[in-house]
This record gives sequence, C-alpha cells and structure tokens, in this order.
Amino acid sequence: MLEAIGVSSVAEIFERQIPQALRLKRPLELPGGQSEQDVYAHLVALAERNTSTEDQLCFLGAGMYDHYVPALVDMLCERSEFLTPYTPYQPEISQGGLQVMFEYQTAICELTGLEVSNASVYDGPSAVASAGYLAKLDNGRGRFVVSAGLHPHSLQTLRTYAHGYGVEVVEVPLRDGVTDIHAWGAAIDEQTSAAIFAQPNFYGAVEDAQALAAAAKSDPAEGNAADTSPVVIAQVDPLTLGVLAPPGQCGVDVAVGEGQSLGNRLDFGGPSFGFFAARMEYLRRMPGRIAGETVDVDGRRGFVLTLQTREQHIRREKATSNICTAQALNALAGMAYMAWLGRRGIVELGELMLARTHYARERLAALPGVEKLHDQPVMREFALRLDGDVDAIRRRCIADGVNPGVDLQALTAREEDRGGLLLAITERRTRRDIDRLTEVLGAAVAAERQAVAAL
Amino acid sequence: MSETPLQHEPVLTVFQKGAEGRRAFQCPERDVPEVDPEQLLPARLRRSQPPRLPELSEPEIVRHYVRLSKRNFDLDSGFYPLGSCTMKHNPRLHERLAALPGHARLHPLQDAEHAQGALELMWNLERALAEIAGLPYVSLQPSAGSHGELAGVLLTRAYHEDRGEHRHKVLTPDTAHGTNPATVTMAGFEVVKLATNTDGGVDLEDLRAKADTDVACLMLTNPNTLGVFDANIQEISHIVHDVGATLYYDGANLNAVMGLSRPGDMGFDIVHFNLHKSFTQPHGGGGPGSGPIAVSERIEPYLPCPVITRETHGDGEAAPARFALENDRPKSIGRLRGFQGNYGCFVRAYAYICSLGAEGLKDASETAVLNANYLLALLKQEGVAEHLPLAYGELCMHEFVLSGGPMKRELQIKTLDLAKRLLDFGYHPPTVYFPLLVEEALMVEPTETETKETLDAFAKAIAEILREAAEDPQLARNAPYTTPVRRLDEVGAAKRPVIRQAL
Repeated sequence: MLEAIGVSSVAEIFERQIPQALRLKRPLELPGGQSEQDVYAHLVALAERNTSTEDQLCFLGAGMYDHYVPALVDMLCERSEFLTPYTPYQPEISQGGLQVMFEYQTAICELTGLEVSNASVYDGPSAVASAGYLAKLDNGRGRFVVSAGLHPHSLQTLRTYAHGYGVEVVEVPLRDGVTDIHAWGAAIDEQTSAAIFAQPNFYGAVEDAQALAAAAKSDPAEGNAADTSPVVIAQVDPLTLGVLAPPGQCGVDVAVGEGQSLGNRLDFGGPSFGFFAARMEYLRRMPGRIAGETVDVDGRRGFVLTLQTREQHIRREKATSNICTAQALNALAGMAYMAWLGRRGIVELGELMLARTHYARERLAALPGVEKLHDQPVMREFALRLDGDVDAIRRRCIADGVNPGVDLQALTAREEDRGGLLLAITERRTRRDIDRLTEVLGAAVAAERQAVAAL
Repeated sequence: MSETPLQHEPVLTVFQKGAEGRRAFQCPERDVPEVDPEQLLPARLRRSQPPRLPELSEPEIVRHYVRLSKRNFDLDSGFYPLGSCTMKHNPRLHERLAALPGHARLHPLQDAEHAQGALELMWNLERALAEIAGLPYVSLQPSAGSHGELAGVLLTRAYHEDRGEHRHKVLTPDTAHGTNPATVTMAGFEVVKLATNTDGGVDLEDLRAKADTDVACLMLTNPNTLGVFDANIQEISHIVHDVGATLYYDGANLNAVMGLSRPGDMGFDIVHFNLHKSFTQPHGGGGPGSGPIAVSERIEPYLPCPVITRETHGDGEAAPARFALENDRPKSIGRLRGFQGNYGCFVRAYAYICSLGAEGLKDASETAVLNANYLLALLKQEGVAEHLPLAYGELCMHEFVLSGGPMKRELQIKTLDLAKRLLDFGYHPPTVYFPLLVEEALMVEPTETETKETLDAFAKAIAEILREAAEDPQLARNAPYTTPVRRLDEVGAAKRPVIRQAL
C-alpha cells in the first residue's frame, strides 16, 4: 500500500501534511486497549452500580417514563439494516428507512391532529426551542409567552436558544395547577411571537388546550386578529393522545414533544426522539428531515427526503434549522411501538393510566400529611404536597425499596414547589405496586413528622 | 431488464395493511375500581375519535418491518465510503452493553447515589475526550454535531457578553459543512465567508482583511472538508486571537488525527466531537448521534448545565470517588436539551475508547489515513485520474475530494450518474456535490474499517464505470437498475409534497 502511495511509512504521510510543531510527540494519556471480555466486564460493573427500574419500584417520571417496551422493538432496532446506515442520502438503497419515516410522519400527524410532521428532532425540550425558532422566523417578533406549566428543561432550553436568536421569554404563572388563563391572555399581545404551553403540564394537570389556544388568538381590542396572532405551540405527551383531545383540534399551530414514551427505553435520559408537527402553512418552515412520496422512472411508488431547500446542506445560513443528524432509529422504535399498540391499544392504555393514576392519587392524598397539589384532572402523573422535608421522606422510601417520585422543588427551584412530590403511574405499576407505595410513603411521612416533632 | 423480486413487490405502508380489530398489544388488567369516566376526565378534554393507528397482528408487524429493512443498504452489508460521515464498523459488543438494564433502564432523574456507575462512565468519557482534544473541560450534553456547534457558538456569545463585548460576525470558510453557517444564524450572528487558497486551506489574506473586532468566532474543520490539513493553522489561530475572537473546531473530521494531533494544541478554544463518527456510535439511518464539546479554561464558566462533578473523600488515588450533577453555575449558557444527553451513545463511545486505548485510537487514525491515501493512489492511475482528478493537494488525510468536471465534459456522465451506477455494483456511493467549491465533487472516506481487498475492488468498480461510460454514457445516466426502486422523481416530490399516508 505504501509503495502505491509513494511513501516509505505511514508516519511520512502525516509528516508531509501536519507541521512538526503540531504533531503529538507522546502517546495519549489513556489506558491501554482491552479485550472484548474485559471491556464487557468493566461496563457490566458500572451498570451494576446503577439502580434501574428493574431493581427498584420506581415512580419517577417528569419527562421520561418507565413504560413497557415490546420485544419486537428491540429486535427491529438491532437489525443491521436499520441500525447501521447513515441518513438516507441515496434513496434508491434507503427505501426501508424512508418508508418508516413516512409512516412515522403519518402516525404523528394522526395523533396530533395536525397536517405535517418531520421525521424527528433531538428530544422534547430542544423541540420546544426549535418550535420557538420557527415562530421567530415566521413573524419576526421579539417575545415568547410561556406557561409555567412547561417542563423546566423545556423552559431552560428555550431560554438558552432564545438568548441566541434574540427573543425574550416571559413566564405566565399557574393558578390551581393549570395556566392562569387571564394572565395568559393579558401577557399575549401583538409583539408576541409564540405562546407556549404543555399538555399535560409539568405538574400532571390536563390543561384546557382549546381555551388556551383561543385566548392566545383572540385580541379583545381588534376582534379578529389573525394577522397579529402568535404561533400557538404545545408540548404534548404523545402517549396521552389516545384519550386527550388532539392539539390540532384545539387550535394549536405547532405540537412538539418528547417521544420516549413511545417504545424508547430510559437510557438515563437519551437517546430518544423529539417529534415536531404543524399546520400545513408551516411546512416550509419546518426543521429537519421530511420524507415524501414519489415515483421512480418506471412508475414504482417510492420515498425520498423532500423539501430539502429548507435544510442546512442546501440553504446554509438561510436554513430553517441547523439540524442534520436527528433520531431516526428512535423514531423507528416509536413507529413500531405505535403499530404494536394499535388503534384500540392506545385508547385502552390511556384509559388504564387514567384509572390507575386516579386510584393512586386518591389513595395517597388520603394519607395523613399528604395532600394533592392541585385538583385538576390528571392522566399519568400528578403532584402531591408532603408535610415534611421531601428529600428526607424520599430517602426513607428509597431505603424501603420504593422510589416515590421526583422532588419537585429540586427540579424547578420554585419556592412554591417546596414540599412537592411528582409521581408517574405507567402501566408497569400495578394496583399492588400503588398499594405498596401508599404503605411506604405513609410510613415515611409519619416517621418524618415524628422525627421533626422530637427535635 | 426484468424486474427483481424487490422491485416487483407492491409498496404498501403499515397503514394499508391489517384489518379492523386486529392487534398485537394486550392491555394489562384493569385492577383498580371503576370510576365514572367524566370524573376521571371531563368529555370536553377528551378525544372524540380514536387515532387511526394501524391494526395488525404481531407477525404482520414483524414481517412488514423486516421486509422494509431489506430495502435498505447498510454498513454491515458493504462498503460505505460516504465522505465526512466516518462510516466505521460498529462493534456488536456496544449494543450488548448499552442494552444492559443498569444502563438502558436507568431513569434520568435517578438519585446520584443510585447512578454512580453512569456518572462515573460519563466522567471517564469526559476525561478521555478532553485528552484526545487537548482541551481540559467537556460537556457531553449536545445531541449531535450541529447541536455541539450551537453550544459552541452560544458559548462564544456568552464569553464575549461577559466581557461586555457585543460582536456580531462569525467567520466560516466556503468549504464549511452547511451546519456551520446555519448554526451561526440560529445563534443570532451574521455569517462572513472566507475564501479558500490554492492549497485548499483558508486564504490568509482574506482572513486578515475580515478579522476585526466585530468578529466573535472563526469556525473551522481541520483537516477540512477537502481532506486537507491546514498547515497555516497556527497563523490562523494568531490572527483570530489577536482580534479577541474564539476559534471553533468542527470535529467531523477528527478521525484523521486521534492521538496524532490535537485541536487544543492547534489553538482551538472549542471543539465538538461526533460520537457517531469518530467513536462508532451506529448511525441508525439518521441518528441518534451525540456531539460533546471540549473547551479551554476561559470558556469553561459558560458550559451548559448540568456538569458532572467528582469528589473524593479521604486521601490518595484509591480514595473512593463520588460523582454528582451540578446545576448551580451562574454564568452557564443553560440547557440545550433535556436531562444529561444521549447516554446510550456515551456507553458505546466509552466502550470503544476502552477497547482501543491510546495506541488503538492512534492506530485507527493512521489506518484511516493510510486507507484514504491508498485508495487515492489507486484512483490516480491511468483511466481514472484524467476523468476524476484530485481537487486539491497531493496526499490527503482521512478523506479526499475528486472533481467529476472532466468526466462530465469528456464522458458525458455527471458525478450523480457515477454515484447511481455504483449502487448496481453493491457500493454506497461517496458524498456527492460537496464541498460546493469543487465542480461535480465526489468526497471519499474509506475509514480504517476496510481491507486492501475492498479498496482494490472499489477502485476497479470506478474504473469499470468510467470504461462503460466511454462506450455508452446512457448506462450510467439511467442507473441504477438493480435497486428496490430506480431513480426517483425528487423534483415532483418537492413540488407536490405528499408527506403522509392518506387514511
């Protein structure tokens, strides 16, 4: 090989191209290489120092949920044909992946009740920030009005991005667990680029999406305010949409969210996928890949990446987004999961979560020293207020083998969330599990109250 | 030519298969007391019609997607010299490790004391990436290269703003990946383009003329997208730093220099890595990826939240360490996404680094560069080089760019035709029409994965296609013939977008 190249050594190839001063003269300070079985043993040992949802009865949620992932999803995602290709730049040899994108877009449109979907973005919070960028490109205005019910990670991500592209973020408080509709309406004006809320919101409450969208779009001063309306953006949990009214039918313009609950594992926070759906009028402002149907020269049905003139590799500084690699394999898992769940299954699963979540909330709120944080309807997640130090109470529960959920204030840093506990009830948590939680949490709150009283 | 079985197969989506009432999912038992549905959720908040998801049995779903998978080409099946994408082998060990319940089923909000293994893995990966980059601090959070770029440009903004400076321009060479200028706009800066000199590097005169105190940053790939290592990088670094700007390293091409040359030593302040390129996270047909960043001391205060911290209790090296996530960082640019980043990708990248070690990483880069130069040498032979000359330089780093201009003029086939004909030979074509400044560009990156036999066969296939074209250019112009579908009407798809199945 060296002879063909015309050099005497591999080192010479580098010496002829990289200035001497820039060549590293020592080995990297990293351990030496290891055999496959040694690497396996090392990463197994690390995994064993983590407490997974198989090791602990776990009620953690707040953005990612311990739903059951069917075996067929693992099997499909491990197939070389789906696992190892790059982005489908050559459609003739990428019809499998492109058709999955097309199917996925169809499913997301159907769930959200919106006309267009892209093929995925990174995750839920970055999808919210990207939706904000769409609004900014669309109307050029300088302010986002955001419900305090948005997930704190979404709010923080939106702030990070918006500081870059130069949009101010104004927060509207909650009232009785849902977005204060009067404050919401009052905050939105003709300078508002986008109005953003979450459904269900971060505290588990089901918002009146229709009322929020209507309030965002009506301007009492002008009557009909179509031209000055902000883009109404909702962060939605897709697995609730078998039961909850679809955002598209509620007047929402752009629905985005975290797709992890659709057949993706927890993976300590990623990779999963973000979804991004919108009304038809925003099609050419969408970020990321979109698969479209077409025909080949012989008239066969086929699929391609389409509307690429939106994208960075064509439009460069005028692109609608900088996104390139997204989350295709995770979206594939999502599509396979939706096919597995099916038309009836997504409703049945939603109803099961509603019923068990209701049961859990009523049982827990009946404990001494425990009350509901709000009375709004809930779907899979709800918040409680504990009489006592949440951190200490959580520790007592964890010592008993139950992780009772998220310390709200630790995540939101809001003073009003002190004492708050956020719990998620997926279909993997049975009535028995909920009863066990009730017993453990009840004992922990009682013990903590006693301990404090004894001081 | 008669149809292949895959071409003959009718194309139906999952929504066009199955029948009403069919299903795969069995709902767990409704084990709690029945409650009035209106009390659970008022009708006005409910969906009136179930979403029209597919209705299929499990065997039908499996068969549908397995058959679809056979309509994909993939790295496990064949050579994939897609320039700038570093399609190196994805070891199966990594999939096994990422699927361990302790990694795969770990909740992202699990308390730190119950996630010490994950945090230690992330810490170790950070340290390894810092050493490879030659920059001390790392954030693993960004989800892909372009997300890392956004992080980097926002860090630059924060750095300047903290010093009371409001700079509004970012320099990018005309060879840059499209993500660079797109990122610049998204981060609220104005793009200023830099010209390329005759060696394929940054035009220093143009840089000197444009580098002023309005410039926040220069984004650079080195080796760049022409496969050229910019030998003037130290001078570039001086010019940029003299006007107070930062120097950003697009790490898409890091696979050329691991253990051989470090961006930090070249003068870069911020670097992103593509774990799905250099560190072999499988690409999944368009993600997931992961785009960690490494930064210098002066950029560190602005890193995204959270960062991983390590504390030791007691003395000495052997003292047990405790890892945690730290959010209280007043100068941070904030979050770029939810939770801690694409941890599943970290597991794979870390396993890769552990497997290869210091010597192995260097060896991977050396072999990648050797392979690229060998393939380039093969394509410099008679019958090829006159039609597909190397665009810049003599040697290359881990990839090289040929120009199909002469081929187009002399043989009447375009780079696109060559690419499509390669499909019939069982290859994934190289990247085409990038970088933009090369006429009919063909960008070839073989990676260290490939054997001499594979490279020899690929060079023969290119020569064969050119020979065919000399006889009958129609053969390539109408290719491919053997793929599940033939050339697709992309213009029509964009003109009348159909982006979902009519239900």
